[in-house]
Order: sequence, then C-alpha cells, then structure tokens
Amino acid sequence: MTALSKARPGQVVAWTLLFLGGVVMVTPILFMFSTSLKDSSQVFDLRLVPAEPTLDNYRTILEDGRFLRWFLNSLFIAVLATVSNVFFDGLVGYTLAKFRFPGRRLVFLAILSTLMIPTEMLVIPWYLMASRFGWLDSYWGIVFPGLMTAFGTFLMRQFFETVPDDFLEAARIDGLNEFTIWWKVAMPLVTPALSALAIFTFLGNWTAFIWPLIVSTRAEMFTLPVGLSSFSVEQSVAWEMIMTGAAIATLPTLLVFLVLQRFIVRGVMLAGLKG
Amino acid sequence: MREAPATAHGTEGKAGRLSDRLTLSTKRVLWAWLFLAVPVVFYGAIRFWPTAEAFWISFTDWNLLRPAQFVGLDNYRRLLADPLFWKVFANTFLYLILGTPVSLVLSFAIAYHLDRVRFLHGFLRALYFLPFLTTAVAMAWVWRYFFQPVPIGPINNLLASLGLPAQPFLRSTVQALPTILVPAVWAGMGFQIIIFLAGLRAIPTSYYEAARIDGLSERAILWRITLPLLKPTLVFLVVFASIGFLRIFDYVYNMNTNDPGGPLDSTKPLVIMIYQTAFKSYDIGYASAQTVVLFLILLVLSLLQLRLMRQPT
Repeated sequence: MTALSKARPGQVVAWTLLFLGGVVMVTPILFMFSTSLKDSSQVFDLRLVPAEPTLDNYRTILEDGRFLRWFLNSLFIAVLATVSNVFFDGLVGYTLAKFRFPGRRLVFLAILSTLMIPTEMLVIPWYLMASRFGWLDSYWGIVFPGLMTAFGTFLMRQFFETVPDDFLEAARIDGLNEFTIWWKVAMPLVTPALSALAIFTFLGNWTAFIWPLIVSTRAEMFTLPVGLSSFSVEQSVAWEMIMTGAAIATLPTLLVFLVLQRFIVRGVMLAGLKG
Repeated sequence: MREAPATAHGTEGKAGRLSDRLTLSTKRVLWAWLFLAVPVVFYGAIRFWPTAEAFWISFTDWNLLRPAQFVGLDNYRRLLADPLFWKVFANTFLYLILGTPVSLVLSFAIAYHLDRVRFLHGFLRALYFLPFLTTAVAMAWVWRYFFQPVPIGPINNLLASLGLPAQPFLRSTVQALPTILVPAVWAGMGFQIIIFLAGLRAIPTSYYEAARIDGLSERAILWRITLPLLKPTLVFLVVFASIGFLRIFDYVYNMNTNDPGGPLDSTKPLVIMIYQTAFKSYDIGYASAQTVVLFLILLVLSLLQLRLMRQPT
C-alpha cells in the first residue's frame, strides 16, 4: 500500500491497466482448469469457480490409460532431447570457441547455415529416411531430428568465449585430458547458459507437434500434443474432457515455472539476447 | 592429484610413445576433431543431406508407390498455375502482416510500462509470461472452445449478455483467419515482452538522465532514445515473429480438425498445404516444391535481417 499511495495517479492507472491485461492473458489458462473441474452438466455454466468442482474428468482420463502413456512418451522424448542437446551443443560450442584447428571456420559456417533451413523442408526427407530404416512409430524416430541444434550450439559458443583460457590452461598443467577439462572445468562455468538451453529444448520438444504427428501413426507412440489432438477429435463436443486433456498437457510446464520462475525468465533473456 | 606433476614432466622420459611424439598443438587438433566427429556426421546426415534431397525431390513426380520420375520444373509450373497455392500464399502473408505488427506493438507497449512498474513487478511479468509455457495444441483447443457458438462458447455468451449479435468466428470464411491469429498472437507475446524488457534494461540510465536534463518530454525520449537504441532487439523480434507466423501450423490444424485450413481454404497457410500434399495425398514431389518456396521466403527474410543489423543505428 505504501508503494501505491506514494505513486502518481498516472502510475496507478498504468499499473491497473497492466494488471487487467495480465488477467486477460491468463484467463484462457484459468478457464481451461475451471472447465476441467466441471461435469458435463455444468459446462454451460460459465462461472470461473465451478459450483460443484469434481475430479471425475481426470479420473476418467487416467483410467483410460492412453494419456498416461502419452505423458510418459513426451516426458521421455523431451528428457532425451534435452540431455543430448546439453551434451552435444555444449561440446560443439566449446570446441568452436576454444580450439584453433584447420576446418574450424568451415564447421562454424556449415552449422550456422542450417539455421536457414526450415524444419518443414526437412520433414519429407526425414519421413523417407525413417520409413527406410524402420524408425516410424519409435522413440528414436520422434527424437532423432532434434538431438542437436544450431541454435543451442551458438548459444553455448557465445558463453564459452567468455570463459578465460587461464582456467583451461591450469587444468592442462594439472594433467587433465581435454574431455575432462570440458566436462569438469568448462561446463560448470556456463551453468546459466546450460539451464537456458535445457529449458528451451525441453519446452520445444514437449510442445512439438508437426514432426511427431507425421512420424507416429500408432496411438501408443503418440506424444502428448498428438494424442491430445486425436483425443479431442474423438471427444467431439465433450468440452470438459477436452479441457481436462489440455490441462494435463499444460500442467507440468506451468508447475515447473511456478517453482523456477526467476530462473526461467533470466534464461529466456540470456538466450534471446545472445542467441 | 599427486600424479599430475609426473605426467607434466614425464614426457621426455617416455618419448617413444606415439601420443608423446605429437606436438601439443597437433594433439589439440585431434581432440577438436574427435569432439566434432559425431556432430559432423549428424549435421551431414540429418540436415545437409535431407536439404539436398528436398531440392532433388522437388524436381520429380513421386507418390511413393512407383519410383520417382524426373520432371524438371513441372512441379514449380504446376504451383504457379494452382489457384489453391495463390490462396494459401495470400493467407500466409495475411498471418504475417497482421500477426507481426499487432503482437509486437502490444508487447512493446506492455513491456515499456511494465519496465517502470515496481509494485508487484514480478507477479505482473509472470501473468504475461505464462502463455509462453503452454502447449500450442492444448491452447488451440481451449481457444476453439472459446469461439464456439452459443450456448457453448464463452465469447459468444459474453456478446449475448452484452446484447451484441453472435459471431460465427471459426465458421466464417472472413472471420476464421483473424480468429486463429488471436491465440497465435497471445501465445507469442510472453516471449516478446521478456525480450523487450531485457532490451530496455540494457539501455544505460545515464542516457535518460541526460535527456531529462535537456528537457526532453517522455514521448521524445521514447522516439529519440529508447526506440533507436532498441533497434537490435526490434530487428530480432520482427524476424523471429515473422518466421513464426510464416510457419503457422499447430493453431490452424487444431482449431479446425474437420477440415484443417478451412472453411473453404480461407485459413490455410503454406505449411498446412505442404502437410496435406505430402502426407494426405502422398504427392511428395509437389509437396517438396512447396517446401522449397517456403525456404526461399525464409531465406529472403534472413538476408533482410542481416542487412538491417549491419546498418549503423
């Protein structure tokens, strides 16, 4: 209250407008959760707080079993992609920043140029490749295109360039091999960048739609977005069930955000400015 | 750790071993290529080879059942003569030229004011950032629900309670495209606001202090100091948002699953057309030609960004 009473009227108006705008921004998310807690007879009652909240929809969906499977599929794929990107983007970014060797510029430019190639151009060849090698309807098939990214590599390269060479030289004098120097000395020095990269990779893979939609045809291999899409088509007008499915897909990232808010916002700023 | 000095000084003693005969710099070159071995194979096989393949397939007639047949530029000729392509081309640019300015102006206005607010700053910022963390497919269905006709859709119910006529939204060939843009803009704003905030914070306060001493009004400061200094952020966000709208897929696909891109192709963007040509009609050659067009559009955009970035502010 003290902050408000000291403020000029213009600032109070700006604050109120910002608050109202913020409320509008989260309304769809609140409405999704609210509708997921209503039974089919209450869906037409548009109150934000359900008159008789019930977890029946969640029970029905979890008993169905498919959502649990899709959830685990998505989790597995997002974790795998994140681990792979942290490892390889970190390794390549470090090599490009800290080693001088013939071919360095060529590798740098080659990886840079892949930023210009849109995923949509690659999905047809990837699909042909996956069907040729029998990767359709498999975890490997979903995850292989995203095991490394040029974006992550350049993000890491930018940060490794700020690591002083003295640290690495000291480790060399201690007789550590180059791999250990990277993993044990250099990587811990760029943890903010690594966490930004991890957040982006996880989110990107958790929400990815077009490639998993193409590469998976059997319901057991759907990711959460693909499963949710087919489930919602099948539910047709059962909006309370569709909202429950949507809530299940959204909940994990929102919960993680509530716990790590400052960290994530800082990570996005870092990646946006440097990447 | 006790062994460390021994390794450092022991090189002369064991000069016979191959690894010791290599000079330090040669060793480091080998390490570098060892580190790059797997990534180089990955980028070659999963990025460059497929890119070349996409170009090659675009010159063939191929439906996966019989072998691909080289047809030269036929797919591109067919594309230029296809009224659906021009419709889709126009739709894609409509998403771009409506979505980019609307989302950036809103995001900048919010970030500009949010930057000056101290009271519950973190809380307000969280409200705006939250949509960035949602899944597009999930939110597409939430917004689809919002835009349903009465008695289901909350927005039409709201219009009705205000005494306004109900709107067809997703069922109208005129309204469907802007309706789909609403969640697409909504979902992108969180990221844009955070990046604008970072850009605004990077401007040294001394610039503002000097401007105030010179008696510049807030509006003049905004136009003559803030915006010019924010140019790198602006260029980045314009290009980032444009690429996003040019590649719009998830929202379009999920907000009308009966007929993605409908009604009557009025909301169909290029990526939906590519998806349907390739994976519904299995007209792989024709679909690849469409992806090459998308590639060229994005290439022009990227080159434009480079040019803009190089110009001095």
